[in-house]
Parts: sequence; C-alpha cells; structure tokens
Amino acid sequence: MIELEIDGKKVEAEPGNMIIQVADAMGVYIPRFCYHKKLSIAANCRMCLVEVEKIGKPVPACATPISQGMRVFTKSEKALAAQRAVMEFLLINHPLDCPICDQGGECELQDLALGYGDDLSRYTEGKRAVDDENLGSLIATDMTRCIHCTRCVRFGTEVAGMRELGTVWRGEHMEIKTFVGKSLTSEVSGNIIDLCPVGALTSKPYRYTARAWELQQRYTIAPHDCLGSHLNVHVRRNEVMRVVPRESEAINETWLSDRDRFSYTGLKSEDRLNQPMIKQSGHWQSVSWEVALEYMLEALKKVIAVQGPEQAAGIISPSATLEESYLFQRLLRGLGCPNIDHRLRQIDFADQDSMPLYPGLKVKIADLEQQRAVLIIGANVRQEQPLLALRLRKANLKGAQIFCINPIDYQVNFNLNQKLICHPTLLPEMLAGIIKAILVKQAIEAPTTIAEQLKSIQVTEQQQAIAEALSVNQPSTILLGAIAQQHPQAATLRSLASLLAELTGASVNLLTEGANTAGAWLAGAVPHRGAVGLTQDKLGQTIAELFAEPRKAYVLFNVEPAQDCANPKQVTKALQQADLVVALTPYNTPYLQQHADVLLPIAHHAETSGTYVNAEGEWQSFAAVVSAPEQVKPGWKVLRVLGNLADLADFNYTASTEIRDELQGMLANHSLKVAKQVQPRINLAYTKHPLTRITEWPMYRVDGLVRRALPLQQAASHDSVGIRINSKMIEQLQLAAGGLATVEQAGESVTLPVILDERIPQGCALIAGGFAETEVLAESFGAITIHV
Amino acid sequence: MAETELYKLTETMCGEIDQWIAKFPPERKQSALLASLHIVQKETGWLSTAQLNAVADYLGLAYVTVYEVATFYSMYDLQPVGRHKVHLCNNISCMLNGSEKLSEHVKAKLGVEFGATTTDGKFTLKHAECLAACAGAPAAQIDGVHYENLTPEKIDKILDNLD
Ligand code: SF4
Ligand code: FES
Ligand code: FES
Repeated sequence: MIELEIDGKKVEAEPGNMIIQVADAMGVYIPRFCYHKKLSIAANCRMCLVEVEKIGKPVPACATPISQGMRVFTKSEKALAAQRAVMEFLLINHPLDCPICDQGGECELQDLALGYGDDLSRYTEGKRAVDDENLGSLIATDMTRCIHCTRCVRFGTEVAGMRELGTVWRGEHMEIKTFVGKSLTSEVSGNIIDLCPVGALTSKPYRYTARAWELQQRYTIAPHDCLGSHLNVHVRRNEVMRVVPRESEAINETWLSDRDRFSYTGLKSEDRLNQPMIKQSGHWQSVSWEVALEYMLEALKKVIAVQGPEQAAGIISPSATLEESYLFQRLLRGLGCPNIDHRLRQIDFADQDSMPLYPGLKVKIADLEQQRAVLIIGANVRQEQPLLALRLRKANLKGAQIFCINPIDYQVNFNLNQKLICHPTLLPEMLAGIIKAILVKQAIEAPTTIAEQLKSIQVTEQQQAIAEALSVNQPSTILLGAIAQQHPQAATLRSLASLLAELTGASVNLLTEGANTAGAWLAGAVPHRGAVGLTQDKLGQTIAELFAEPRKAYVLFNVEPAQDCANPKQVTKALQQADLVVALTPYNTPYLQQHADVLLPIAHHAETSGTYVNAEGEWQSFAAVVSAPEQVKPGWKVLRVLGNLADLADFNYTASTEIRDELQGMLANHSLKVAKQVQPRINLAYTKHPLTRITEWPMYRVDGLVRRALPLQQAASHDSVGIRINSKMIEQLQLAAGGLATVEQAGESVTLPVILDERIPQGCALIAGGFAETEVLAESFGAITIHV
Repeated sequence: MAETELYKLTETMCGEIDQWIAKFPPERKQSALLASLHIVQKETGWLSTAQLNAVADYLGLAYVTVYEVATFYSMYDLQPVGRHKVHLCNNISCMLNGSEKLSEHVKAKLGVEFGATTTDGKFTLKHAECLAACAGAPAAQIDGVHYENLTPEKIDKILDNLD
C-alpha cells in the first residue's frame, strides 16, 4: 500500500494505480476524455492534467502512477490553468454545433467546456472539417466533432477484438476512419456510441428523435440471450426512445451487444396485434377479452374432455418470463394437460431425466475470464452471447487456451489454439476422441456405456492436445452452445461432455437459448417436471413428439411457430390439422391468421413486469418500462384471468412479484434429486445423408422482436438468407455462386441464392432458420438435395 | 475478407519481407510493416489499396492497421506519383534559410502545387517535415537522396539532370 494525498485528503492505494484511479475511487473528479476504466491508457487528450508537488510541469492523472508521499492537487491554480489551456486547444477545431448535435445535454465535451472553457474563442483562423463515415445502419457519424481521444479505436482493438476503426493521416489531418469506407460488422459496435465523449459517434436509429433531458430512465433486463444484461431504457411519453447499458460488473460490465441495444426498434412493428381476435367459420373478428378468453377456454376444455388431455399441447418461448412460464404450465396442468415445452429448437431429449434443476452455467460469467482452458462445442459464441465471447477473449489474452469443435469454422474474436471443424454428424465422435485420448494416456478403463464405441476411434494429435490442456490447465471449462443442443445427438453430446468433465476436472456449461431457459425449467415449463423440478404424476411429451404426432389443440405463447421451431414443416402440418390453435402473441401475422383460431394480444417484455433467470441462475426481476398499447395485456395477467375463469385454485395474484415469491418459496422447500444419475446415454452411431442441412438461427433472427428491428436487419444484410456452401460443393452440385438454386427437404422446396462460404464443411449446406424464406423446410440437420 | 481488387505480392517481395520478419519475434510481425511497405512501394512508386491489403494479409494484420501506418508517414504515397519524388523541407531551420523562396521557385519551374505531379508524369512535388539536415538548411530529399544548402540555381541543376 502506498500513502498519498489528493487535494489535501490522505488516501492509501495499491502501487501501480494511476492518480485518476485513486481519485475516482475517492470521488474526486478529474476531467478526462481519453481515459476509460475498461480501456488501455492512451493519455492523448491531456484534459486530466493535475499538479503534483515537486514536479515542475502538470502531469496527466490518467498516466501518472502514484508514489509514496505524493501530493496531488487537482484544482490548484496551476492544474486549472493547464486544464483550461487544454480545453481551449480541444475547442479550436471543434464545430461547437451543440444545438444540432444529438449528444447535446449529455456530452462530456459540452460539460467540461462549461466548466473549463472560455465564453469567447481567441481562435479566429479557419476550422478544419472532416468527411463523415458511413458506418452502417446503427451508428451515425459527425467526424468534424471528433477530438481524437481514440476510445472508439481502442475499444475495437482491445475489447471487441475487431480492428475496424483506425486513426489515419496525422497531426492536423488526423481522422478516425474505417478502412476505406466500410460499415462496422462487430456485434458489439454500439458501445462506441457510449464511449465517444463527444457527438462524433451517435446512435443512428435514435438520431434527432429526442433530447437527453426529455427522457426518463428505467431499468430492465435484456430479453435475447441467457446472460441477462442490465439495461437502462430511455422513455419519453410512454415510448422507448433508446436503450443503453446499465453497468453490472458481474454480467455485462459497461457493455451491451448490438442486439440488446437496438432490438427496441422492433417494438413498434406494423404487425402488432392490438385486440383479441377469434376466427369463426373462416372469418376473423375482433372481440372483447371476455369473449376471447371464454371462447378459448371452452374450446380447449372441450378438446381435453372429448379427445383426451394428451391431445393438447402448450408451447412457450424460452424468452417468456419466469412468471409467464409458471402460470402457463399451471394453467395447462390444471386443465389436465401435461404436454408443455419451451425447447423450441431442440430435438433430442433422451437425457432429460438426468438434467439438473435447470441447464446453464456452472461458472459465473465474470469467472470465465479466469479459466485457463476452454473447450467450445457446437457454438457460435460471438453471435449467440456476444458479451460472453468478450469474456473468453479476456481469458484468452490472459493466457487461456481455447479450443472448439464446430461444424462451421466460425470467426471468433480470440485465438483458437486448436479447432476441430467437422461434418455435424461427426461432432460426437470428435468429442469422444478427446475422451479416448485421456483414457489411453491415464490408462483408465473406458466406462461400459462407451467402451465398445470408442474402439474404432482414432485419436488425433489435436484431440490429444485438447485433452492434455483441459486436464493440466485448471480451472478449465466446457461450453455447449446452440448447435450442440439443437443437434440430433444432443443428449450424447451432453453426456460425453459430462464424462470429459469428470475425467479432466473441467466444468460443463450449457449456453442456453433465449433469455429465460433456466427460468422455464424452474417454472416447470417442461413436460417431465413441474415447478422447481417437482415430480409429476402425469408425464407429458416433449415438443418433438408433440409436433411429430399432431395434436388436436395447441396453445402457443409468444412463439412464431415456423420461424422459431426446429422443424417448421412438421409444425405447420400439425397446426393445420389441429381443431384449435390459440396464440398468445404480440403479433398478428399472416401465418397466424392462416393457422390459428384465437389470437390474444400480449405485451412485449418492455411492457410487462417479470423475472428472467439467467444462465448462471441469477433471478433478475424488472418492472414494465412502458405500458402496453390498446387492448394488449401482460402475459401473466392473461394467464391469471384464464386460471380464474377455469376455476383453478390459487390463481389470485395481484402482482407478478407474488408469483415469483411463490416460486422462490417452493424452491426453498424443495431440492431436486435427479432420480439416480441415469446412465449417460451415449450413442455415436449416426446416419450420414448424402447432403446435410446445417441450420443456425443468425443473431438477428432469434426471436420475433429482433426479426422486426429494421436497423439490425440492415446491419446484418451481408448475412442474408441463402444456401451457404463451399466452392468444392458448388462445383460438385454444378451450382453457380450468386445464382439461384432449389433446396428440397422432406418434399418441400424453396429457391434461394447460392452463397459461396468456405467455412461450410463438405457434404453440407448452411440454410438458416428464423427467416420467412426457409419456413417451409424441415429438420435442422436433415437430408436435403440442391439443384439449379 | 475477399476484396474485389486483388493483388499478389511477388516472390521477390515476399523474400525481402521475410528477411524483415525474421528480425523480430514471431508474434511481432507488425514490426516488419514499415519495411514491407517500402519493399512493395518500390514496384510502382506508390501503394494501391489492393497492395495495402496484400501486405496486411501477409503480415496477419487488420487492414486498417496498415492503412493507419501508410497514411501516417509521408514516405508512402497512396496515389500514383511521377518518376521522381521531390520533397522540400518546410520546417523552421529551412524556413529561416530561404525555403519559402526555394519552394516558390520549384513550384514555378515545375508548374505544379505541392502534393501534385507534373502533367508529363516526371515529378511529384511534396513537402517534407524536418529532414534532420538543419545544419545544411534549406534541404530537400529527391528520390531518397539528401541535398543541402540549396539555392534556386542548385536545385535547377539537380532537377535538370534527372531524366
Ligand atoms: S470518434 Fe469519438 S471516441 Fe472516436 S476518437 Fe473521436 S471523439 Fe474519441
Ligand atoms: S484522460 Fe488523461 S490524457 Fe486523456
Ligand atoms: S528544418 Fe529543414 S532539415 Fe530541419
């Protein structure tokens, strides 16, 4: 510990700290532009000059390490004179166009100019002007305002791991630019809006729509991935104007993914459902809530009574709140129907009885940085959980070795020590090879469940290296992503991962879909367990069975069936033949018009109170940030009324927090005992199709809200839907890159552009889900044929 | 990272660049960037975008990193240049010793402003910051060679002797 004095106050701090860090911790404000606690020190703006006893010239507080007995003066005459002089220089070339600048009112330069600037400029020469950059649909630029603090450049280089912006030319001519006018492609690019201390980089969707002082700030949780980033939503007259991060060291630090930041732009979609509607003899009509709910309940009860409870099914989004999921399953179970599921894109549930209380992370998000070795299996981390990839990048920079097994050679923002890229059907075998490497090395006998199957596997050097790294470098961790969990052999992959974890001491972590998979499990939105994992007398069937063997009634909660589910073709067929399809939905789409019988308008996440449980098990509750329009009601309220109408006991909640508290109480009194560690189910056998479809849900296609966020759709235009395939396959199938070709799957066909993509393995084509264009197709990893 | 315009470094260039790469630790390939750009610039006297990209790919750097360096140093030209590059120093020592007059003279002689190339494609005239030849001010660097204590007559002779 070093003792020093700042503005006359004694303070102790660790050696190595800079003056500004100690001052910040004490609450002494030193003006700054280039310094940011999450970025490297550049010391280029000089705004932070302070006086230090026995040093002749003022020194930059952000780049001067503290020393024993140091006496710092941040507001002495000398310090202030230096700060004022710097401010005068910074304003020389600044356009001073605050009245037309979006940053006005929340601008660090404006604030400091007020404190340190002069009323009148002594500079009468011409100012320079800089051409603006077109950075794409998310970020607006006014580069003449730039003060060259380089925060945006350092963010790209250091945090995002994508060097897209740079400082070009020099001296008076210096400019912040992309490389010859490219848009930004980083999935976390929006953070430079927050970082830019002036109005050079601002939000494009928000541009010229509001002033900072008109906004009210409300707190909520991000609704798209399993991290549950903290958001501040800025609202004006019941309208969401923009979203910014709320600092949370444990989860999102000071960052936000572009998806979480800009998805609010989808809130005001034109296809919003504002009124309950029912379809009678083929005609839709708007009705009152009473009529709609009575109608729906009668019809549902009738199916259950006449056709049997197994003929009804409830499908709920993994991004529905904990409260919604809980009431949803209570309602259906209360009516006698145990068929409830939220695992929209999964197909293999063979190990569901041995699942823990909820799938998720064993390691805290922040602790991912401390891992020494990481194995990623079937995950496109940068797209699935952009901020989790940033943590992996940090771990990597600290020396962690990172490996992946993936069907696609995804671009990552860290260094991969080894990557095993293989045909998707070979994922289990690749993983088994690593297990074999350890068994052989340590001369351990293989468990009987797998011994026979391991015999034929050849261990490669790469697999050996991974096995070694995971065992030697502790802590180590295994991450299973969306592709692993949507895989036809997902259960095998999970079992293998557990086995590998046992052998190496690594932890197994599931990167789950949506914002609330953990909450859905806790709430009992699974067919085989009730809330908090309670065993059920009546076991339901999984979503795969519920669509493979069509039922007579479906209740859908915030699901767009053909874009959100694993096998759209099958789903559509099932809905077509059903007697009753009820959709609780924010949207009124042509698809639902065609296939549903009752549409109940429910609120978006921003319009409801509720709780998300993130992948690390953190319960995060939030209130509505705006109220729902017209007749739209929060989902939990609709379900509550339905429960009451159906005469189910204990459905009289007055606030969503009561529902959460009820669940928490149940959890405290019950701990799930996973029956007995059901023998890991491992089956490496696979059917290899001549041509396999790989399906992923691109980052901006994962749910209804992002799909409607136009700026995000424009930002991802380079990632448009098509048949992505490598050049060898293009030749083999006699296709033309850039031309059109027809994909056939399970008797359905669509014509799509052929996109050359060398990341795709032989024998496969990547055809994304979540698009209207591909909603007639079938299984995620099924057989396809492609022809011109 | 496919660029529409493609450029392939020649074998000789790669060979020369490799010699520079070898001088630094393997993870510090970026240190060979200045030299690499000089090597590639030798070909046509200037660097095209495609050439910058090729160097970036060869050294495993982000494109913008190479762009930053190439725009920072005045020794690199990012636009086509004449056969001869004339850099006149415009810093303080030279200024005190008549560089302004010299500049006017050269501009009139070549008929171009600073930063431009004569229509016959023979000369490109550029400013230089202090050439570290203050003792011999005013100074110029022509095709990489230093000339000191210049007068209009002296520089005429030098330029007239170039073909
Ligand atoms: S654009 Fe903003 S963040 Fe980037 S260097 Fe300029 S002032 Fe700093
Ligand atoms: S904040 Fe210290 S120099 Fe910029
Ligand atoms: S000022 Fe011209 S050489 Fe130094």
